[in-house]
Amino acid sequence: MGALSEKNALIERPRGAGKRRRAPAGQRVARLAILVLVLGYLVVPLLAMLEFSTRGDLDKATNTFPRSLQAFAAIFTYPNLVDGILASLQIAALTVFGMLLLLVPTMVWTVVRVPRMRRVIEFLCLLPLAIPAIVIVVGIAPVYQWMGQHLGSIGGSPLTLTFISIILVLPYSYRAIDASLRSIDVATLADAARSLGAGWPRTIFQVIVPNIRGGILSASVLAIALVLGEFTISNLLSFSTVQVVIYLLGKRDPYVSVAVSLVALVFAFVLLFVISRFAPGADTSTQRAAEEPA
Amino acid sequence: MTEPSASMSTPSASSTVAGPAQSGAGTSRFKGAGNYLALLPFLFYVGLFLVLPTLIVTLGALSTNDGQLTMSNIAALFTTDVFLASLIKSLELAVITAVLGAVVGGLLCWAVVRGDPNGLLRQLVVAASGVLAQFGGVMLAFAFLATFGFNGLITLFLKNNLGIGMDMSWLYSLTGLAIVYTYFQIPLMLIIFLPSLDGLRQEWFDASASLGGSAWSFWRHVGGPILAPSFLGALLLLFTNAFSAYATAQALISQGCVLITQQIACQMQSEVILGQENVGKALALWMIVIVSVVMLIYAWIQRRASRWVK
Repeated sequence: MGALSEKNALIERPRGAGKRRRAPAGQRVARLAILVLVLGYLVVPLLAMLEFSTRGDLDKATNTFPRSLQAFAAIFTYPNLVDGILASLQIAALTVFGMLLLLVPTMVWTVVRVPRMRRVIEFLCLLPLAIPAIVIVVGIAPVYQWMGQHLGSIGGSPLTLTFISIILVLPYSYRAIDASLRSIDVATLADAARSLGAGWPRTIFQVIVPNIRGGILSASVLAIALVLGEFTISNLLSFSTVQVVIYLLGKRDPYVSVAVSLVALVFAFVLLFVISRFAPGADTSTQRAAEEPA
Repeated sequence: MTEPSASMSTPSASSTVAGPAQSGAGTSRFKGAGNYLALLPFLFYVGLFLVLPTLIVTLGALSTNDGQLTMSNIAALFTTDVFLASLIKSLELAVITAVLGAVVGGLLCWAVVRGDPNGLLRQLVVAASGVLAQFGGVMLAFAFLATFGFNGLITLFLKNNLGIGMDMSWLYSLTGLAIVYTYFQIPLMLIIFLPSLDGLRQEWFDASASLGGSAWSFWRHVGGPILAPSFLGALLLLFTNAFSAYATAQALISQGCVLITQQIACQMQSEVILGQENVGKALALWMIVIVSVVMLIYAWIQRRASRWVK
């Protein structure tokens, strides 16, 4: 951090300023040391991914690797990988759509009409946090077996993972939307819209939804990132999503696997960073929603 | 169960909603049960894809292959050495990486919170933490393979530049798992714990200072006790996070069933031993029990924490 933020810290965070007066050098050194050490630990493996994935063929003479983007180019030579990426992107889109359709009307309705059910809905939405993904797989495998046998090609499609993905993203999406809902007066907005003659669909989608855009955006981004990173369930149900293909490819062509992983991580990072920077009020809700483990 | 932490940063938000919401409750009493019907699609969906699987696991764990009630699947955890060993390994790993992640991540929080709350550093760190903490078990395993694997950056650097041919097989052992797990536990700690550190009030420090307290005595008598419940809560979340993890372990150690999650997967994929088909479900039920107990303690701690940080 530069001098600017130090100055800001003096203005906005007098607590820090107070302590700095007491132990200026010690505190600053400690802070810097922690930032360098911990962020270093977090950054080195990512740099290693970059170095690893940009290696060309070994130059025998110098025993070094020339830089090359061949691993990234090779992504498109693996049809499985492209299919996996496409499948995951489609699941992500369907999950966002389904999650919003399921969650937004229910949550709005709960706040406006049946507030006593709010705790129940919250409990159900947060429940996936207490049930590890591996456990959900064990329980849902029979359901998928049934779908595979009875629903023909639809039942065997990786897109059916959408059903579980919606469950997996519930806690995160719930919190993001809940934070937005709490920041506006939903009941009054709904009353106003209704008294002007709007039906419920119109009230929810044209009046409430525009007011909770920040939360909806955060919820969607978290859902996309979670779906793109999901491995446990797709692997055990034998669906070739991007993570499963990366995992399998890792044994054959680690360079391409690392390249795809890096692209996916950077993609998720850019999504989250853009949200935290530009979505109004989304910073805290993203953070809050991301508060608990997957 | 996370209500308190949600209201922590927006103290006024809940009261804003509570007023009109309660008046809504008043009118809904007269409108009857119709209002509840609108919740049916949601309840049906969650019932089908969350509650039903949990029931399948629970009932399966308690029954034989032909549906007779039995305790032998549940008991298999204690009567079969490999199951117990994998549970113990999972618990060890979860405890060690939760403590490491909480301590190191807590320090990182302190370092980050000292800066500008809207600054670039903080936003970068928070966004990166979100990614590393939650979105890539397999990818993080590959990151470490690219670092310490046979052809990894550090391995090659040591070999080519320093002439040290280090044995990196530790990466595929419990030690390696602990290091990779800690790698995603630290960012998770940051995401969970940062709001609590933000909640420490200026007035408390001023009060402590005006009574002659040093920075140390502030943390010893004020900051520490106030943050203790949040810290413990975060520690528990980190524990369940590591305990439930499967992807990273599977990507690093794809052969064998080392952890309890892998053991369940192995049981599921090779249900061969006759009469043992439901053992995987029993192990899964044990996981639910352990995680639920931890989450209950977490909810209790959160309630205590919310008394202080409002």
